[in-house]
Amino acid sequence: MTKYLLYMVQMHLNFRRAELESLADLFNIKINLDSYNEHSPFLIVDLDNEEQAKQLIQRSILCKAIYEYWGYGQNYPTLHQNIQNEPNFVQRRDSNKFKSFKFDFESFGGNHKKSLPEKIDTINQFKYLDFQGEIKLKDPQEIFTIIETYSMIDPQTSSNQTDGIYFGRLIQRSDRSSMDLYDLKKRPYKGTTSFESELSLISCNIAQVKPGTIMYDPFAGTGSFLVAGAHFDAFVLGTDIDGRMIRGTGKGSEHNMVDNFRYYKTESHFLDVMTMDFTHNSLRSNLPIDTILCDPPYGIRESIKVLGAKDPERFEGKENVVIDGEKAYLRKDYIPTKKPYSLDSLLDDLLKFASERLPIGGRLAFWMPTANDENVETIIPLHKNLELKYNCVQEFNKWSRRLLVYINRGDKYNGPENHGIKRSQTNFRDRYFTHFTK
Amino acid sequence: MKFLTTNFLKCSVKACDISNLNFPLEYDGSKCKLVQNEDIEFQPEFLLNILDRIDWPAILQVAADLGNTSLPSQKPELHTNMDELNEEELVILRDLHTLLLQTSITEGEMRCRNCGHVYYIKNSIPNLLLPPHLA
Repeated sequence: MTKYLLYMVQMHLNFRRAELESLADLFNIKINLDSYNEHSPFLIVDLDNEEQAKQLIQRSILCKAIYEYWGYGQNYPTLHQNIQNEPNFVQRRDSNKFKSFKFDFESFGGNHKKSLPEKIDTINQFKYLDFQGEIKLKDPQEIFTIIETYSMIDPQTSSNQTDGIYFGRLIQRSDRSSMDLYDLKKRPYKGTTSFESELSLISCNIAQVKPGTIMYDPFAGTGSFLVAGAHFDAFVLGTDIDGRMIRGTGKGSEHNMVDNFRYYKTESHFLDVMTMDFTHNSLRSNLPIDTILCDPPYGIRESIKVLGAKDPERFEGKENVVIDGEKAYLRKDYIPTKKPYSLDSLLDDLLKFASERLPIGGRLAFWMPTANDENVETIIPLHKNLELKYNCVQEFNKWSRRLLVYINRGDKYNGPENHGIKRSQTNFRDRYFTHFTK
Repeated sequence: MKFLTTNFLKCSVKACDISNLNFPLEYDGSKCKLVQNEDIEFQPEFLLNILDRIDWPAILQVAADLGNTSLPSQKPELHTNMDELNEEELVILRDLHTLLLQTSITEGEMRCRNCGHVYYIKNSIPNLLLPPHLA
């Protein structure tokens, strides 16, 4: 076992640990999170080898990088002492002796930028490493990183004295830069329901979207999760009751969903997107789906609708209407009517569908918004075959949304269940539009 | 809509679920416009993975609807491990890739062989919605 230093971002803390655990589990890596500290961006983990360290981090969004841990000190003299006291110091030093290398600086908690002379001064203190290899600023074989931490004196100012220094050899940077690649600002086709890139990629990690498998989004909209799933090499399939979302409205937008996959060069991972009512699902029932990831409609930007007439009497006999010798409902331009549906029923349907279609161990992940009312308990939907694995909350001012992640455990699991009951006491849409005042 | 997707779609009408005629849908060869997209990369790993889930008789049926009767009557039996694949098997996978992923129906009609309901494919997007009397 070797010690590795994980350097994480100090953001989305409700998601950070879930992402790390999910990636470790995905690659079958055992990590001990006993010393995981929500308030710290650092975590030292024991791993079998470098390969494991790479796997653990390469698709992470909430980690920055992983390093082979060489030492830590509260100041430079103790850091140097600790590095040389590490049991495998000599062996490590010698195995890097003739490699090309460079030093990198990172800092956490302060915006104290080192000047070039300061940097050279600091690097010179590491003379005892006795590296003989060429110093290469571009593409060196090894990058040694000094991470300094600074604490805050008051909420506005950070100390200009570092209070801790980590030193390590870079093993793998994370996939965090992808959140810029997928930034909605640069996306060719998007809409009001498009989901931000960072959390859509994180959702894929927590849902364990795997390369070469099928990921399905039943409320695909403009395809934000499909794009994220294809990024992780899954084959993505989407459906939405609103065809306008899928094909683009035409007016003012010459783009559609497929353009996004072309733009990100993941077209080969895009299977199809279809106009379909999730509750009248046309995917054959014995088709296994590896992962389901979605952001169901909650009535804010899109209402919850399913096929059927709101007012059945008005539609009585309409199936007999004939236009130009053809049954109207069989014509190419026919637009079926839709009726409102309750969120509770929709989520019940989603859980039931997941329990039937996911393989054992497969994950369902979806987003659910809730009003932050002190006296209203949020009831999380449950199904007896599904283990609720994560409930990660993202807080806004008066409301929050949560990523709920379930694992299909099959018929024998017999977990708690609450379908068929009215879970949401208040309509989120009403609460949203009255600004959560009543 | 990719040819592969025809292997996923059944009739949306719930009452048709008790019939085994609701899958695959019947494609009207005279009205279906087929397009070949060669930009889609060959990914043998995915094809191996998906082959497992494919309903082969349905592939044969839809291919015949669309005028292709040259497919083998049995689903190809291949090594499941990528590294064990031989030349011959890679040729089969390439053919499957061309059929399943590179071939799309851009315009067309499909019909449930049980209830007779007709669904359309427009601009490559199939529409599986139903009128209220069938929903």
